[in-house]
Amino acid sequence: MKREFEIISELLPNNTRVLDIGCGDGTLINFLSKEKNIDVRGLELDEENVETCISKGLSVIEGDAETELGQFPDKSFDFVILSQTLQAFYNPVTVLEHLLRIGKSSIVSIPNFGYWKVRTSLLFFGRMPETRSLPYKWYDTPNLHMCTIKDFYELCNSRNISMKKIIGINNNKTSLIHNNNIKLKNLFSEVGIFLIS
Amino acid sequence: MNLKIKNIKQLIVKKPLKLDCGQTIKDFPLAYETYGKLNVKKNNAVLVFHALTGDQFASGINPITKREGWWDTAIGSGKAIDTDKYFVICANVLGGCMGSFGPKEINKVSNEPYGLNFPVITIKDMVKAQEALLNHFEIKKLLCALGGSMGGMQLLQFCASFPDRTFSAIPIACSSSHSPQNIALNELARQAIMADPERSKGNYGKTDKLPKNGLAVARMAGHISYLSESGLQEKFGRKLQEKADYEFSFDADFQVESYLRHQGYSFVDRFDANSYLYITRAMDYFDLSKQYKNGLTEAFTGQKTKFLVISFSSDWLYPTKHSKDIVIALNASGANVAFAEIKTDKGHDSFLVKEPKFLTTIKSFIDSSYEVFKK
Repeated sequence: MKREFEIISELLPNNTRVLDIGCGDGTLINFLSKEKNIDVRGLELDEENVETCISKGLSVIEGDAETELGQFPDKSFDFVILSQTLQAFYNPVTVLEHLLRIGKSSIVSIPNFGYWKVRTSLLFFGRMPETRSLPYKWYDTPNLHMCTIKDFYELCNSRNISMKKIIGINNNKTSLIHNNNIKLKNLFSEVGIFLIS
Repeated sequence: MNLKIKNIKQLIVKKPLKLDCGQTIKDFPLAYETYGKLNVKKNNAVLVFHALTGDQFASGINPITKREGWWDTAIGSGKAIDTDKYFVICANVLGGCMGSFGPKEINKVSNEPYGLNFPVITIKDMVKAQEALLNHFEIKKLLCALGGSMGGMQLLQFCASFPDRTFSAIPIACSSSHSPQNIALNELARQAIMADPERSKGNYGKTDKLPKNGLAVARMAGHISYLSESGLQEKFGRKLQEKADYEFSFDADFQVESYLRHQGYSFVDRFDANSYLYITRAMDYFDLSKQYKNGLTEAFTGQKTKFLVISFSSDWLYPTKHSKDIVIALNASGANVAFAEIKTDKGHDSFLVKEPKFLTTIKSFIDSSYEVFKK
């Protein structure tokens, strides 16, 4: 399991109720269900991923988070997870609002466009960046709304979204991000994980 | 139909059953079939609900019609619903014509078939009758209950009426409320039957006349609705039936016509026209949300059952939207639900044919449910 999932898992108390939006092949929720006795649900767009999840005994719904989050009642989950997907929506803010409505808390992770490798790619080579967490060609990317850790931080601030914890990942090492170090962490974190409510 | 129904398994349901229409029936027969073996713990039982024209003979060869069971693609040794592991039960619905209490049965008072004196039955009545079968086998909780089309509607009713009787459930290509399009197509079928002069107002059982043409047309109309436009295009196109050119007549020039006629007229041998009227009526009356003050969400409130809802992309009779409505209600009630739309051009009939993705999905769901349930 990738480092990001380990960190998300550590943020989640045992015996809670969790919805994973864009749960992929169910790696994270399968782990949460088996190891932490968490009552998990998933929403996933890809048909084959859904089949894989169902074969693991996971309750995953095939559907598009962009249009189908309305079906989940208010505060029906302790946590809603959105892992590196926010940037792929047409309306990321609408999706974010649903997250905060459905979950008592939410965990949002973003591939950081402010990461130094991304910046240097554009600065020195004049090319759209391709990195481990952003592996796509510019003409064939699902990422419509790229942002940096700082951008997302500002968005949360402007909408009065409470940020309980922000964690940056760089080469599998983690560090806490706060108001005083965000400039630096925005440069050296490949991925940012936000615990918000 | 003109087949003799004999040597079948029947449970005589002694307990009085109050039907939705107000009448009470008791000591009535419920025909059923089982496949596989019930284990000692009785935790490997699977209940299958059949669709409009199905019967209890889901797997293997139907001993009455001598044709393949209607869900032989899914049920059997090593198949998706593996009879080496599971004990599969399937009952002929109330109102049916394969040995269960239906309009073809002899009314002991008049010594004639019930015909249209048979009470109008509902999906809920069908489900209540089948619960008796679980009691008969002393099965407290099924591993899984599943069904497609009307079978799926019975399943939704079963889960709502008996929330503790199954560990998992797979409603397939169905609806929680019969849509106006569904009702309209059923009405078309009923009117075809009623327009047949041989019908004798439903009392055809007294003579050797049968409303064969009406029932065949009803079946043809139904059959079109079970397929998809692209499926028909692929299977038949505009191909002609064993001829080089049009015959400028009303014979079956096109393969699709010949196919429909075959489907229609082979159906009348095995199905009773009055049963068709009664069962389609039961489907039309089905609206699960109407039974609860706060609608469908209330129907599923407190459900512990693990659901897998399945729809087919090319099904226009029970489109994905209907399945999604069920998923939304289950989610709103906090139930445990998975949902998959199988991409196929085989239309509503997809669940009855060899559709590998569908079969592997139900297999993995039932198998993984069993791993949890048997603990």
